[in-house]
Amino acid sequence: MRLIINKIFLALSVLSAIIGLSFLAWILITLFIKGLGSFHFNLFLNDLIDGGLRNLIIGQFILAGLAASIGIPLGMAAGIYIQEYGRGSFTSLIRNLSDIMMSAPSIVIGAFVYAVVVIPTGGTSGFAGAIALAIMMIPVVINTTDNMLSLVPRELREAGIALGASKYRVILDIVIKAAKVGIMTGILLAFARIIGETAPLLFTSETSNYFSLDLTESFPSLTVSIYDLANEPEESSRDLAWAASFILTVLVLVINLVGRFLTRTKG
Amino acid sequence: MAVMNLKKFSFTYPGVDYPSLRNITLPIEKNKITALIGPSGCGKSTLLRSMNRIHDIYPGNTYDGKIELLDSKSGTMKNILNIKKENEFITLRQQVGMIFQKPTPFPMSIFDNVAYGLKISGLKNKAELADRVEQALKDSALWKEVHERLNKSAMGLSGGQQQRLCIARAVAVKPEVLLFDEPTSALDPISTGAIEELLVTLKKDISIAIVTHNMQQASRISDYTAFMYLGDLVEYDKTENIFLNPKEKKTEDYITGRFG
Repeated sequence: MRLIINKIFLALSVLSAIIGLSFLAWILITLFIKGLGSFHFNLFLNDLIDGGLRNLIIGQFILAGLAASIGIPLGMAAGIYIQEYGRGSFTSLIRNLSDIMMSAPSIVIGAFVYAVVVIPTGGTSGFAGAIALAIMMIPVVINTTDNMLSLVPRELREAGIALGASKYRVILDIVIKAAKVGIMTGILLAFARIIGETAPLLFTSETSNYFSLDLTESFPSLTVSIYDLANEPEESSRDLAWAASFILTVLVLVINLVGRFLTRTKG
Repeated sequence: MAVMNLKKFSFTYPGVDYPSLRNITLPIEKNKITALIGPSGCGKSTLLRSMNRIHDIYPGNTYDGKIELLDSKSGTMKNILNIKKENEFITLRQQVGMIFQKPTPFPMSIFDNVAYGLKISGLKNKAELADRVEQALKDSALWKEVHERLNKSAMGLSGGQQQRLCIARAVAVKPEVLLFDEPTSALDPISTGAIEELLVTLKKDISIAIVTHNMQQASRISDYTAFMYLGDLVEYDKTENIFLNPKEKKTEDYITGRFG
């Protein structure tokens, strides 16, 4: 009897795993077929106005890169504070708030930035988009930094102090180095996450058909353009949306794989 | 001559209403090895960790009495329990180094590990750094094994080598006293033997206090032994007296294995 229950349970688990994975495979296969069908190398050479994606890909990287350059230092500093310096209820308040922020719907963050940045500055801009993405990224970086630093053995900190190093030196020279791989992986995964976000950009950076480096104006974004293109009536626009989705997915996949590779070659 | 003198020293952890150490009076003799023995929870590690004030990483402890440290320049004894300023703590820890139970190599190269303490104390001259690192590694009987891979990560060394690296790192800053907190309890017998030998050679330059669970180790290497029980110092004497001719019944019971 126990053997039978065991087998049924195993079969059910395998079945659920197959169902879950098959949806993922379905999405990927559709993306690959439709995306590859409309994929062309010229997409990388022309801007959207000429039927290409060049400005959008570059724009998306600039937005995500700017967001990372705001989010990583702030997130790491906060993570270091909670793990290494913070004590008591204030620390757990920040930690809890950051956890809640992590699960905040991205459209809400977009709306928030719309209210506090876009309206006061008089219009959508690349900066507003980057700020929205940074807000998405900060709690993830805080959480990663906090967790990875907590894995560094207490003895390592004590050994640094026992050699006459001051606390900040121990943190900078020893603790962060020991947690480096984990923190880098977490940051990379956070980056992979924000580079594929649409909702925070929808009302903040919007998108643009032209190549632009001016962050004070509406800024070209791959994800927002996918959303726009998919809503267009013409077949050609939707094909372009497929191609853009395909490129985006490959990008995110590659960043994720690099992150995983880093974790595996730890040490 | 004593390099450290504990006088009626008591210690209480934060949030505890009774002291973990009571009225400990004990010298740490210069260029000798003093072993602290006793059953788990007797306070020997707590005592050791008071001698470089490493406890103070976690605030809220209460110290009582005195722990005096010989200042080799002026020849006077200074009470380290009065230390409050960051730079005084740094000086104290350069004078009183510490080796932990688990080897604690830093995630950097072998060379940088040994050079770390020197660099933070302001030594920048590359040639001098290299000399001091080489000397420390030789003093710690590790030079032969690592001199060809000084730039490799210290994490690649064996446990015993890592522990000797930690000793080299502590020796490099030329401390007066080295505190060892069960330095061999995570190591195999051969590595343990190497470290015991090393301690005996190190004592010509450095005074040593060692916490150990291993009574054979205490009797093999130490000159003086302090037996502690439940936060009290029961007996302190020359090691041979403690092991061959203890005055207290408790000490005799412990070293003959009747409890502990």
